[in-house]
Amino acid sequence: MSQQSEKKGQPEYLDAMRNPLVIKLKEKFKENILDAKTYGNELTIWISKDILIPLCKELWENNFIYLVDIMGIHQPNKEKNFALSYILHNFKNNERIRLKVEIKESELIPSLTEIWKGANWLEREAYDMFGILFSNHPNLERILMWEGFEGHPLRKDFPLKGINTGAAIYPDVYPEGGGPPKKEDKNA
Amino acid sequence: MGINLQDFLINWCRKYSVWPFQFGLACCAIEMMAALDPRYDMSRFGAEVFRGSPRQADLMIVAGTVTEKMAPMVKRLYEQMVEPKWVLAMGSCATSGGPYKTYAVVQGVDQIIPVDVYVPGCPPRPEALIYGFNLLQEKIMNYRNFGRKRGTYEPAK
Amino acid sequence: MLDVQELELNMGPQHPATHGVLRLILKVDGERIVDAKPVIGYLHRGTEKLFENQTYPMNVPHTDRLDYIAAATNNHAYCGAVEKLLGVEVPRRAKFIRVMLDELQRIASHLVWLATHALDIGAMTPFFYTFRERELILDLFEEYCGARLTLNCMTIGGVPEDLPEGWIDKLKEFISIFEEKIWDYENLLTDNRIWKKRTIGVGIISPEDAINYGLTGPPLRGSGIKYDVRRAIPYEVYPELDFEIPIGKNGDTYDRYLVRMEEMRQSIRILKQCIEKIPDGEIQTKGLKFIKPKPAEVYFSVEAPKGELGFHIISDGSPKPYRVRVRPPSFINLQALPSMVKGHLIADVVAVIGTLDIVLGEIDR
Repeated sequence: MSQQSEKKGQPEYLDAMRNPLVIKLKEKFKENILDAKTYGNELTIWISKDILIPLCKELWENNFIYLVDIMGIHQPNKEKNFALSYILHNFKNNERIRLKVEIKESELIPSLTEIWKGANWLEREAYDMFGILFSNHPNLERILMWEGFEGHPLRKDFPLKGINTGAAIYPDVYPEGGGPPKKEDKNA
Repeated sequence: MGINLQDFLINWCRKYSVWPFQFGLACCAIEMMAALDPRYDMSRFGAEVFRGSPRQADLMIVAGTVTEKMAPMVKRLYEQMVEPKWVLAMGSCATSGGPYKTYAVVQGVDQIIPVDVYVPGCPPRPEALIYGFNLLQEKIMNYRNFGRKRGTYEPAK
Repeated sequence: MLDVQELELNMGPQHPATHGVLRLILKVDGERIVDAKPVIGYLHRGTEKLFENQTYPMNVPHTDRLDYIAAATNNHAYCGAVEKLLGVEVPRRAKFIRVMLDELQRIASHLVWLATHALDIGAMTPFFYTFRERELILDLFEEYCGARLTLNCMTIGGVPEDLPEGWIDKLKEFISIFEEKIWDYENLLTDNRIWKKRTIGVGIISPEDAINYGLTGPPLRGSGIKYDVRRAIPYEVYPELDFEIPIGKNGDTYDRYLVRMEEMRQSIRILKQCIEKIPDGEIQTKGLKFIKPKPAEVYFSVEAPKGELGFHIISDGSPKPYRVRVRPPSFINLQALPSMVKGHLIADVVAVIGTLDIVLGEIDR
């Protein structure tokens, strides 16, 4: 299965509800499978967040035992603000599948660390950059930004140049790990 | 000559045995390593021994981007070095933030510590780093050793 | 009875043996390690947010600085993702040039790995030997695109320049020199008693754990699993080329060392086939002056020297991308460090960091 397209021009999103794998999942999970489309040769399935873990276990039975990546997305234009994109890989016939889950800002989404240990840091990064909260995560803390940083950088309303400019040069003024002072000390 | 004999002797010995402190942060660290390989040999100028601890080093080569999370460590390491000490800012990220004008990057390491020589480039070639090092050696030659207030820099009489 | 306490030791962000600014908080009981916790983010520069504020072609030089030791594969992954989004086919000559640059970059990256890994364990000579050969590769790159380290050698739809005259002859000369030198490195290390004592049995990871953590690249292949993106999900002209994928047996540091040495030899084999098969023709697809794709989402990955490097791109109809994410192989490989290091000595931590081959520019982005 090659990754590059043979035709010219941008491909279209085609409906994939008649794909054999999608039909099998639809029988088991019925209305929680919202939509399925293919783009080029990638299959994407939109699901609701309640069936995330049972669906991943079902896909594990179908040889999708490898988690490739987890990506967070901020969509302020839609009613459901945040989305997560999971990519799984099958070693037997080298297929890939993408699962998309959409949630509102303060909803909790189940964490995949009980199935794949590698999801730990990927979910911590999604929390750090977007503020998406995961339930049952062993250690949900900031991973790339410093302690005491407020805000979530990759959201669309966070400016590129940052909100508190100025280097964290004095360890006795700035908190542990660097970064600007907390809100109460700004006038100190 | 322009400088008195004692300053000349001490500075001449110092400039040919500078011990750098390896502080490679990002891509410029690879070009700093390449300045030590058999082709662009920096040890012919005496700067072969790269120390791991700041208390044993004279020159701090800041090679790479300084982020806000790393900035307090840079300041602390600079304060742990012993006088006389010099700083060389290598690359455009250490000079002025480089191509990264974002929320997490300090726009130049001279906002935190005083810098003696700037070497621009992204990354600078090893020959550019060696040229910057030679300029630093000229600056060392001009250093006034006796009769100077501690912590200041004055050119030799 | 004596009260035994665990000591918390900080292997700080500035350390000669961590490859960049990585901080490890080690809990030791005597000399044995109980737990190791990596703290990252000291080189987080905000690259993904920067990608959203620039147009598609403007982002190509920024991808060089992610994995700064192997810049050509980063460019390749980004350009391949945008081409998949647009549905564009790259001309055949450009495909061969891209494969040649990738394989040269793989050899250069493995030479840096060997130099730093051996230097951390205590052997200083491989550093001087490998950097001497690496300068020959960087000379080839400099003749082609003008830069040594941050190459910017691929564009969306092809490559920017054609191969200069005499480049292929110089490449043949390099191949003939390198085939002998690689035996020099093996003579120094492979049968060396000290090297074997420090690497056999250190940092073992089982195949099931490797798949569960999501490892890719030599850490996964060292445990016995034959997965390589060039064979599993092929791209460019890899289906036509003949090469093998080396795998290890035990999953320890010595096996990963042997896997990487063999990969260098297979890269030479691929380069020889490319030199014979390269056709004449164009090097860039036409009609890509103004890139404005319709709303879509893609994922494209290549086999970088460190593992599987992938780019997700979401477009929304404007000239700037809506969201770009990098799938960093070193970030995901580093998660397995605590389980690989449990029960070993402090000096083994240094060997394990070297064998995972991490680059902080890619982990922190």
